[in-house]
Amino acid sequence: MSEEVLQQATPGLLPGAGTARAAKPTRLSPSFISWLQAGPMMLVFLAFFLIPLVFVVIVSFWDYNEYQLLPALSGRGYTDTFEGCIAQLPDLCTIGKTYVMTLKLCFMVWAITLFIGFWVAYFLAFHVKSKTWQMGLSLLCTIPFWTSNVIRMIAWIPLLGRNGLVNSGLIKTGLINHPLEWLLFSEFSVVLALVHLFTFFMVVPIFNSMVRIDKSLIEAAYDAGASGFQTLVNVIIPLAKPGIVIGSIFVITIVMGDFITIGVMGGQQIAAAGKIIETRVNALQFPAAAANAVILLAITFLIITMMSRIVDIKKEL
Amino acid sequence: MKEGRPRSFYVLAIFFAAYVLFLYGPMIAIYVLSFQGPQGGLTFPMNGVSTFWIAKLFQGTGIVDLGAAFRRSLLLGIIVMIVTVVLSVAAGMAFRRKFKAQSILFYSAIASLIVPSIITSLGISLEFRIIDDLIKAHWNENFETSMGLLTSGLGAHLTWTLPFGLLIMFAIFNRFDPRLEEAARDLGATPWQTFRHVVLPIILPSVIGIGLFGFTLSWDELARSSQAIGAVNTLPLDLQGLTTTVTNPDIYALGTVISAVSFTVITLALGTIHVLNKRQAAKGSDAGKGPV
Repeated sequence: MSEEVLQQATPGLLPGAGTARAAKPTRLSPSFISWLQAGPMMLVFLAFFLIPLVFVVIVSFWDYNEYQLLPALSGRGYTDTFEGCIAQLPDLCTIGKTYVMTLKLCFMVWAITLFIGFWVAYFLAFHVKSKTWQMGLSLLCTIPFWTSNVIRMIAWIPLLGRNGLVNSGLIKTGLINHPLEWLLFSEFSVVLALVHLFTFFMVVPIFNSMVRIDKSLIEAAYDAGASGFQTLVNVIIPLAKPGIVIGSIFVITIVMGDFITIGVMGGQQIAAAGKIIETRVNALQFPAAAANAVILLAITFLIITMMSRIVDIKKEL
Repeated sequence: MKEGRPRSFYVLAIFFAAYVLFLYGPMIAIYVLSFQGPQGGLTFPMNGVSTFWIAKLFQGTGIVDLGAAFRRSLLLGIIVMIVTVVLSVAAGMAFRRKFKAQSILFYSAIASLIVPSIITSLGISLEFRIIDDLIKAHWNENFETSMGLLTSGLGAHLTWTLPFGLLIMFAIFNRFDPRLEEAARDLGATPWQTFRHVVLPIILPSVIGIGLFGFTLSWDELARSSQAIGAVNTLPLDLQGLTTTVTNPDIYALGTVISAVSFTVITLALGTIHVLNKRQAAKGSDAGKGPV
């Protein structure tokens, strides 16, 4: 099918140029061709992304009992979610605590990935001069992205476990007497694993912004007497801002919706926004799961809108 | 490089090296541990060296039916790869001209990339449940489910791989010289000939890159599969299931096997890209090489 689509890829053939085909004037209009080319992808997004999102919103207003969906208008998904939120004031209710926890994890991971991502990208963009080395080192950072996330999570177990390398090393050197329990299945290991997994999403856009910076601007700043720090703050960071924002959007939305890393590395003990949805689905409480998904979507959307105020994403790609 | 490198170079080089060590160190640890001896445990030190745990996986005596999950993941990965390449190249061509709904498609792709996976996954599962209910109510009471590896599962994976494919196509056509196509057209090439003999050979290395993304992202996908895959599990889902229960190194062995497939695909793809680039450099243009 795609062959037919692509066959028409470049219209506006000069009259008489393709003699064999000119005999059969089956010229399609350019806009129809565009539709043929872009249509299949649009259909996939429609069927597996846009319509599902609509269903999430609709189902969030349905009723449910122990084992099935009841297609009747109800706010139960939401009232169950916010149960006790007013009664328990000034203490936070479960959903409130969960979101505080999620935002806390999100902020820590964001700050650390931004720091690491920025300097890794800076090194690749400005200090690695040869194109071959730049390619090779970027590839080195990309390869783990093409391997399994679960494996990269469980890879920490032999290092951080009670009898892991870190604990046994620390005990041998006499720094501690008992193994540190907070190394694994804790907030620490969740943040560590998230940073390990997703710094890549920070490096790529920041690197892309940085390589586009005209080197003569940096020389100009240097010639005008700016110190290295002043150049960094006044020239490089403002020009790398689009990459920083795009990377931040990626990392924040990933962590906001994460339930796998938080589940595996938190020993299934840490509550987070994505985990509530999973728990509700496992209990077959679909409207409640959908209501939580709508809340999560709204908060994520809010964060993205705030951040995209800073840059025009479409212009940067 | 007449002047010496600044001090910041060395500081950042050490920082970069530490980052790479941080990236690869833990992974290498489990690859080594998957060769534990039969008595070995989940942590160092190694208790002998053997392929006991890897062999155990393939005997099917382990906790999961590795063979079946392996074949399912491979099948899904290959289909996702093909669909991603074809649809991305087609849509990428479309984006070179203005067309209606261009920005709708663009924003759908971006949104699909950044809306949390669990929400997409939940939505797909709700969609298919509702379709099932409709079929049961109106057509066939004994209908089981339309959810499955190659329906809802395939769709879920495509919502993750297609945005990457489309963005790569944007990057390709940003530096593509349209004059080459004009030249082909002037020489009498049909649109298909222009695509087949001019555009495709030039973009082929990057198209293989899209295939690499398509396969590896699907092969390792987890969050979107979690609710949408139906009754059967893919290999990463099985692996995740093992993390809470397992106490011996077969989980590492499974990790090593999954990674081995990833690395094989990465090496094949990068190797092909390299060969194609070299060929292009050798045969590409004779401009500026004197009169013919």
